[in-house]
Amino acid sequence: MSVVASPVDLVADQLATARPASLWRDTIANILRQRNAQIGLLILAILVFLAIFADQLAAFGSDDVLLGHEEGVKRLSAPCIHLLGCAPTHVEHYFGLDGNARDEFSRVIHGARISLWIGFATVGFAIVIGSLIGLVAGYAEGPVDSILMRTMDVVLVFPSLLLAIAIVAALGPSLINAQIAIGIVAIPIYARVMRASVLTVKENGFVTASRALGESAAGLIFRRILPNAITPIIVTGTLGIGTAVLEVAALSFLGLGAQPPLAEWGSMIGLERGHLFTAPHLILFPGIALSMTVFGFNLFGDGLRDALDPRLNR
Amino acid sequence: MTTYIVRRLLVTIPVLFGIVLVVFAVGRLLPGDPCHILLGERASNAVCAAFNHDFGYDKPVIEQFGDYVVALSHGDLGRSLRTNLPVGDLLISRLPMTVELSIYALLFATTVGILVGVISAYRRNSAIDVVSMAIANLGVSIPVFVLGLLFIFFFAIVLKDTFFALPPSGRLTSGLTVVPLAERWGMGDTGGPIRAIVDFVSNMYSFNGLLSLQWNVLSDALRHLILPAVALGTIPLAIIARITRSSLLEVLGLDYVRTARAKGLAEPAVVRKHGLPNAMLPVVTIVGLQVGGLLAGAVLTETIFNLAGVGRALYDAITSHDFAVIQGFVFVIALGFLLVNLIVDISYAYLDPRIRLS
Repeated sequence: MSVVASPVDLVADQLATARPASLWRDTIANILRQRNAQIGLLILAILVFLAIFADQLAAFGSDDVLLGHEEGVKRLSAPCIHLLGCAPTHVEHYFGLDGNARDEFSRVIHGARISLWIGFATVGFAIVIGSLIGLVAGYAEGPVDSILMRTMDVVLVFPSLLLAIAIVAALGPSLINAQIAIGIVAIPIYARVMRASVLTVKENGFVTASRALGESAAGLIFRRILPNAITPIIVTGTLGIGTAVLEVAALSFLGLGAQPPLAEWGSMIGLERGHLFTAPHLILFPGIALSMTVFGFNLFGDGLRDALDPRLNR
Repeated sequence: MTTYIVRRLLVTIPVLFGIVLVVFAVGRLLPGDPCHILLGERASNAVCAAFNHDFGYDKPVIEQFGDYVVALSHGDLGRSLRTNLPVGDLLISRLPMTVELSIYALLFATTVGILVGVISAYRRNSAIDVVSMAIANLGVSIPVFVLGLLFIFFFAIVLKDTFFALPPSGRLTSGLTVVPLAERWGMGDTGGPIRAIVDFVSNMYSFNGLLSLQWNVLSDALRHLILPAVALGTIPLAIIARITRSSLLEVLGLDYVRTARAKGLAEPAVVRKHGLPNAMLPVVTIVGLQVGGLLAGAVLTETIFNLAGVGRALYDAITSHDFAVIQGFVFVIALGFLLVNLIVDISYAYLDPRIRLS
């Protein structure tokens, strides 16, 4: 006797094996469907790979001065790759040597670590403070909301890099101060985004229900509202990382951010820009690394936004 | 319309006060003692006391703020801690260069940006659309200082001695002199606002060359401006192109555009008559917002191309810890940005009746 599964059983079977849809799995699938986001993700993956394995990939440390350690070492020497026709008598340096006779390739690779740290830490700082302000403003409304948001408006009136310059000039030049400055000027963006999404979320029934059950204000804000209002912040934050990397690099280029000998791309370019005529590779390679990093974050951020934007999901 | 403008102006007042407060706070309240930073760690207490007294740093903070506001209301931006010259004078002497550079950068960004955006939207998903949007994406990712330095390398070194060679720095080829317009027009020692405007324009060398009919000055000044203006304008260009494209695409999907097509209007005419005018609103806003970015970008561009503008002066002030100059410049630039935003908002209301009536 053959057992024939009824159509009802089959459907039930499929239902049992199909995993329930989740926002995050949908999102990831959506992101991976877009070509731009794929490219962005690929660039970021390379960047993370470089950052993790910098010590293994780079032949030298980021601060190793090769003068006196290697024969025939000359400051500012051009890239030498044997496969591309560089004389085998020369020591191989893919990106050449910088003004202090350090291996530029090793420095650019190590720069990936610093840039990732700069991007995530700076935006993280801005997100935490900005979200708190936005949460409080959106939850409280009334005068608290007005005061907080008008303050944010004032910060937004300044061209962001300019205010950051003024802040670092006052705090004193250092990488962490540059990050704080860029973080501060980005706070209003996150405060606004968070406030807007809090205003929508808190009108939902589950928030009212929680309040009726006696949940405290802090509980309502952090347990009920925040988890449901966080998506736009994640999108804005991802898009903001590229800008943050760019602006911190600009401050470092001006000598206000990362200080030598730290292998930060912006400050590397700033230090070597006087050698543009004799050693353009010292501008080119860190410049490409910096641009590709920002490019990667921007593409990925765009993809994330499109994936999470319900209007485009139809 | 008048009601809208008045209301918009009233909103500006607290923001203006906020700007003054922020600029003051950045200069005075953050850690760091101007005396020791400026005169060195070993400056004696007596020297510092005299220094602080001279610059009013020994007064209570509230009083300092009051003095600052009163001085600002008289147009007094303070004196440079380094040179003891009025900050306002330095600003006036440096501003024309920066304004000139920003005008050309914005002109380049707006015309090319809108053109690229329109073509991309018109030929949606074609090769030209994909390529130009990829370039636009890349354009917002390349730092101004990297682009500027690469331009210098390419146009001043690689293409040296060719027709396309462009000067790497400065405003004019040495040997060329610019005669102030006031002198050329025989204005003598007259003062007043008209003279101030003439002097300002006179310091924008390309306009000076144009107005005084000195074509060699005009062409030389323009040749010096091409690289910095393009470098400075690239990021705004990319942003404007993207916004124009998406805004136009949205408008082209609307019902009245379908109606226009249905009545047999050719596609170029649909885009020109029904698409573009309605798609320009977000573009206008974005163009206005870019002005602030241009002024900040000028710090980088002028440093790279060695142009004696506001940005370069700000850079010099930073490296010499001249807070008074930094404060004054940041204040004026923020004020300028506020003004531009005001103009943008008002023109926005003019373009879109829904805004002034809401």
